Amino acid sequence: MTLFVEQLLNGLQLGVMLFLMAAGLTLIFGIMGVINLAHGSIYMVGAYVGCYVFLQTGSFLTGFAAAIAGAAVTGILIEFVVIRRLYQRDHLDQVLATFALILLFNQGVTMVFGLQPLFVAMPSFLSGSVELFGGLIYPVYRLAIIAVGLLVALGLYLLINHTRIGMLVRAGSTNREMVRALGVRVGLLYTLVFGLGALLAGLAGFMAGPILAVQVGMGEQILITTFVVVVIGGVGSIRGAFVASLLVGVVDTLLRSYLPGLLRQVMVGPEADALGAGISSMGIYLIMAIVLLIRPKGLFPAHG
Amino acid sequence: MKLKTFCAAVALSAVAAAPAFAQDSVKIGFITTLSGPAGYLGQDILDGFKLAMKDGSLGGVPVELMVEDDGLKPANGRQTADRLLYDEDVKLFTGIVFSNVAGATVPDILDADAIYISPNAAPSNFAGEGCNENYFVVAWQNDSLHESAGQNASNLGYKTAFVLAPNYQAGKDAITGFKRFFDGEIVGEVYTQLGQTDFAAEMAQIRDANPDVVFQFEPGGMGIAFMRQYQQAGLLGNIPMVVAEPSMDGVILNALGDAALGINVSSHWNSDFDNDANKAFVEAWKETYDRPITYYASQGYDTANLIASALEATDGDVEDVSALREALAKADFASVRGDFKFGPNQHPIQNWYALKVVEGDDGKPALKTVGTVFEDHGDAYSDQCQM
Repeated sequence: MTLFVEQLLNGLQLGVMLFLMAAGLTLIFGIMGVINLAHGSIYMVGAYVGCYVFLQTGSFLTGFAAAIAGAAVTGILIEFVVIRRLYQRDHLDQVLATFALILLFNQGVTMVFGLQPLFVAMPSFLSGSVELFGGLIYPVYRLAIIAVGLLVALGLYLLINHTRIGMLVRAGSTNREMVRALGVRVGLLYTLVFGLGALLAGLAGFMAGPILAVQVGMGEQILITTFVVVVIGGVGSIRGAFVASLLVGVVDTLLRSYLPGLLRQVMVGPEADALGAGISSMGIYLIMAIVLLIRPKGLFPAHG
Repeated sequence: MKLKTFCAAVALSAVAAAPAFAQDSVKIGFITTLSGPAGYLGQDILDGFKLAMKDGSLGGVPVELMVEDDGLKPANGRQTADRLLYDEDVKLFTGIVFSNVAGATVPDILDADAIYISPNAAPSNFAGEGCNENYFVVAWQNDSLHESAGQNASNLGYKTAFVLAPNYQAGKDAITGFKRFFDGEIVGEVYTQLGQTDFAAEMAQIRDANPDVVFQFEPGGMGIAFMRQYQQAGLLGNIPMVVAEPSMDGVILNALGDAALGINVSSHWNSDFDNDANKAFVEAWKETYDRPITYYASQGYDTANLIASALEATDGDVEDVSALREALAKADFASVRGDFKFGPNQHPIQNWYALKVVEGDDGKPALKTVGTVFEDHGDAYSDQCQM
């Protein structure tokens, strides 16, 4: 039972990380209609900037601030220099241009930091593990990630549903042309949304730093899963991204930990383990396929 | 360090862009993984290889090193090999880090009657029935890495083990190899995804299974993430770990710091080996590169010296493939591991050693050789090899 709860927590933690990425991606796609493959690169930039500053200053909070600032600035620059020229082009051009950005960022980071991963220690106030209940020991840092992720989700909810900017964002993701026709400065709105998305990606990257290795190409690993989340949740919907992130996080974790064991009940050991590992890595894509079959626009489609 | 890396990158691209050397220089196709999380593996093999080159030559024969990045993608490796084989007429290849890339690339090279010398990957399918007279391995056969870990775990008296490896050929070879020589019970067997970096679910399973020892094979960036999370989950210090060297190379060790103290490693090479070739190698590495030395680098170095010995014997004639092959098979070079020879399937026969992570002279954790696990150990597949 404690094992199951622990795996649920692991799934939740993976889910909120995915949510931080997916929230930005889904907004950018929903509002601007841009497929931004470089979102993973912003995640990497956030991780590198934050961890570098953290290593130099020794202060986790300074690193934290640097990560989100660095990522937001990078995002705004990308929007200003590249993406802005792509709004009117078709998706293939956007994919091509943002894919080029991935290559540029990866090579740039390699030139500055080298290929060897960057390491950050866990901040002392978040290191160690706590006993939650009945023998369930869980790392404090992962609990902190869950807390930050849920706080961000709450903040986004308030921002989107109870502020003027949020109203424009909602309007923009439902009917872009109408917002423009009503005289809203969409250019500024686009830049803001892109910056916000980048900021969240940078936050995710920085928080991943002490757990994973900060390395070139780290963004692409999470990007594909993030796209799955966006598609399941419904493009442009923050609520959909939230539900889908948690769904994907929990399902992926539970499949990985329980499927081989279940298969071992019906077949021989090593084959069960290998097959289970294979199927569980397909799991989230199967969910995506099923969701697309039943609800082609995702769970919570933003467009009418 | 950053500046140096940058300069190295610039220098590297300059080398790649330089026009062909003299007419008689030998082309060596160096296909390796230089980008992505595992990029440091290829970089170390390449830099180790270059350390053994003197003024752009090996064994007195000028060589042109054609470095290509496979990006850990089998298709890239294969395409590059085909291009080098047919456009550049390259006869001698080396460099591949990962077994899945080797699996796709090496057959094309061998079919074209060129020679491939593996500095790292050695999947089981090329060691047994699929062995080839043009295929040499300097590093090991994949299984033997893990056989030594299994034997090491048995020697240390552990009764139950939890084993993890990525779900690809080398991962499966790892688990098979470990089980072949571990005489205790396997209480958990998990295949992770290749490239996975979050192991929270696996940590929970390990804690639940509570084995005597954990054996894991997670090379490169995966291993770093794994070890850090093992520590963060509070398992390090509670459940001992036995690994083969890919899970505890110099970079991972550096990254883990004191957290790595006490981990048991089995290896065919360590920087503290007391032989002249190794001392010269370690010295040269420290002088040239400002980063930890890894066994990947040692394999690159040995590979280069093996090629040097063969080129010297054949006066740089790579057109006569059978003469080159014979010269290579003699393994007439001073390996940094000490004794080295090829078995019947042209994979190494060598000693395996038990290492332990201890506090080094400079206060940092270091790998110390504490004993021998196997002597003159070949591999389990050489019997099936008919050449």
